[in-house]
Amino acid sequence: MTTPSDHEAPVPATVHVAIDERGVTAGVARAQALTSLVSRSGAVAVLLVLLLIGAIFDKGFIHLDNLRNIALAASYIGLITAGMTFVIISGGIDLSVGSVFALGVLTSAFMSRHGSLAAIVIPLACCALAGLLQGAVIAFLRLPPFIVTLAGLTGVRGVVYYITKEGNEVPKVPGHKAFETLGQGTLFTVGYPVWITVAVFAVGWWLLNRTAFGQAVQTVGGNDTAAELMGLPVKRVKVLVYVMTGLCAGLAGILTTASSGGGQEARIGDQYELTAIAAVVIGGTLLTGGVGSMVGSLAGIALWFVISNLVTQGLQFNAQDQLVVSGGFLLVVVVLQTLLSRRAANAAVH
Amino acid sequence: MTAATNAEAPSRRALPRIDADWVRDKGVYIALAVLVLYNVFFTAHFNEFSNAQLLMKQVAAVLIVSLGMLLVIGTGGIDLSVGATMAIAGSVLGLAVSPASAVSGGMGLNLTVAVILAILSGLVVGLFNGVIVGVVGVQPIVATLSLLVGGRGLALVLTSGGLVQLFVPGLDKLASGKVAGFPYVILIGLALVAIVAVLVRRTTFGYRLVAIGGNRKASVLAGLPVRRTVITVYALSGVLAAIAGIIATARLHSADPSYLGIGFELNAITAVVVGGSALSGGKVKVLGTLTGALLMQLLSSTLNSHNVPASATSMAQAAVIVAAVYIQRSSRSSE
Repeated sequence: MTTPSDHEAPVPATVHVAIDERGVTAGVARAQALTSLVSRSGAVAVLLVLLLIGAIFDKGFIHLDNLRNIALAASYIGLITAGMTFVIISGGIDLSVGSVFALGVLTSAFMSRHGSLAAIVIPLACCALAGLLQGAVIAFLRLPPFIVTLAGLTGVRGVVYYITKEGNEVPKVPGHKAFETLGQGTLFTVGYPVWITVAVFAVGWWLLNRTAFGQAVQTVGGNDTAAELMGLPVKRVKVLVYVMTGLCAGLAGILTTASSGGGQEARIGDQYELTAIAAVVIGGTLLTGGVGSMVGSLAGIALWFVISNLVTQGLQFNAQDQLVVSGGFLLVVVVLQTLLSRRAANAAVH
Repeated sequence: MTAATNAEAPSRRALPRIDADWVRDKGVYIALAVLVLYNVFFTAHFNEFSNAQLLMKQVAAVLIVSLGMLLVIGTGGIDLSVGATMAIAGSVLGLAVSPASAVSGGMGLNLTVAVILAILSGLVVGLFNGVIVGVVGVQPIVATLSLLVGGRGLALVLTSGGLVQLFVPGLDKLASGKVAGFPYVILIGLALVAIVAVLVRRTTFGYRLVAIGGNRKASVLAGLPVRRTVITVYALSGVLAAIAGIIATARLHSADPSYLGIGFELNAITAVVVGGSALSGGKVKVLGTLTGALLMQLLSSTLNSHNVPASATSMAQAAVIVAAVYIQRSSRSSE
């Protein structure tokens, strides 16, 4: 890829220019194809490799019970990751999801005594409202998403402590509600939360790649001024993506309550936002916005949990070693992504 | 650069005009003054010096972390790893100062050497961040996020996941010692404020930092040593976080890698942003950050002493953050 630039300097005859131009475009195309392949399918490829390694070297890993447990454990933050993908593609970020998740967990536990419908609808409404408020502040007051959702992280956690009487109340789901089958039921031996998460990702993929809304989200993330000049409803799109993260976090909270029967404390979900952001980044979505993939995010969150399972169960490392491995893995992924995309950018410049 | 010139222009005049812009610019100072006045009149025992001493002790660690965060944010970056860095520094300090008989891996070193080692550990973390961000070019938020996760793991690995209790007279003195009624820790904090203020306003490094945050491409084209400056900034942030970690460890009488510094990155970012510095970089307000840290601490202790529950305190803090950013947004100097 260095040769075309070397040839450019002397301004050669027309024939050479034509060859060079083709050489340059071919190089650029190659580099861009490589980068987009790696960033789109890199997480999927690494996931497959890890599953293979786990299957070969770790007897317990490939056991169906173990895989089911990993999928179930990953499904809750997985839902949050789906929403986070949209926000990040739109050029924003949502730090409040951990607190909103807690809001979903506790409101559904409180509402479960008023019936299963209330335990689902009211938490979703509360979490959507939390997203709506933040989205409105971001879109209409034009404040930076990082700070607004940072305030959301603090403020919504405050609300969670308020409804639990400063964390002293630990609501339980009164037994045998239809609502509990949502969290504990299985289809083909795999828990409902896993199917729901997969369905949400499928809907997210369709929204992002096949609808005008998805196109608008990507355009807004790429350049919101340009999107505004093109006549896209930038403000509405921005508000909607934060409502979506709120809904996803709320749904994750409802499923958590449904599967555990309540009993979660007010501090649940602390730092979930960081895991979700890490999964989105591992999945190849750029934090700068405009580009991203739902499949990548799904692979990203699966990777995060597969790694911790392999490290704690397979290698018998303890929890703190697992943190070091996960952090190191995230670092390797983002460094590789940066180097590859820089290579593509260099090729594009020359 | 523009921020520096704007800040100096009005100070030449005898009296600044008090208009909407002045209020926007000085919002955080006004808010702190109002809150102090409210406390003076309405909070029992606020006027006793012991109360002020407590406040100063509480604010010191977050203030020091905020200074490092301010420098990083000034270059348009962010450092999420400061809480983990505090935990690493605490673990290193705990291991270095404990005798081998008490803790596995304990080195039983002299306190001064242990403190130097702890600060060096922060420097290493900061340099690492700086290289990943400045040389490799990874986005600061994810680069430092990986250290937030891995760094805390590292701190836990150092102490084998446990808490190291420290009964070191020197550390107790650091935590509770006073000069003329002022706790050592706040004096350290204020000294660091002064150093950072001089660094930002009076040195080439400071001007480069602000220039890089204002327009990175232009800085590269102007031939500024962008990489070196970025690495230095993250290294300073690591060192300051380590100092805060040492102070927090001393106040706790133990190195607690599970909880030390948790959430400090967000508190520090809050102090910086409430203090009037732009998250996008290029605007560095040292006194604003000091005031922002004091304001947030005083806000929670005020609400606490009026028996307002912690839940309402969180909500009030959220409101203050949004209000502060909203007021500054329309300020002429930030556009």
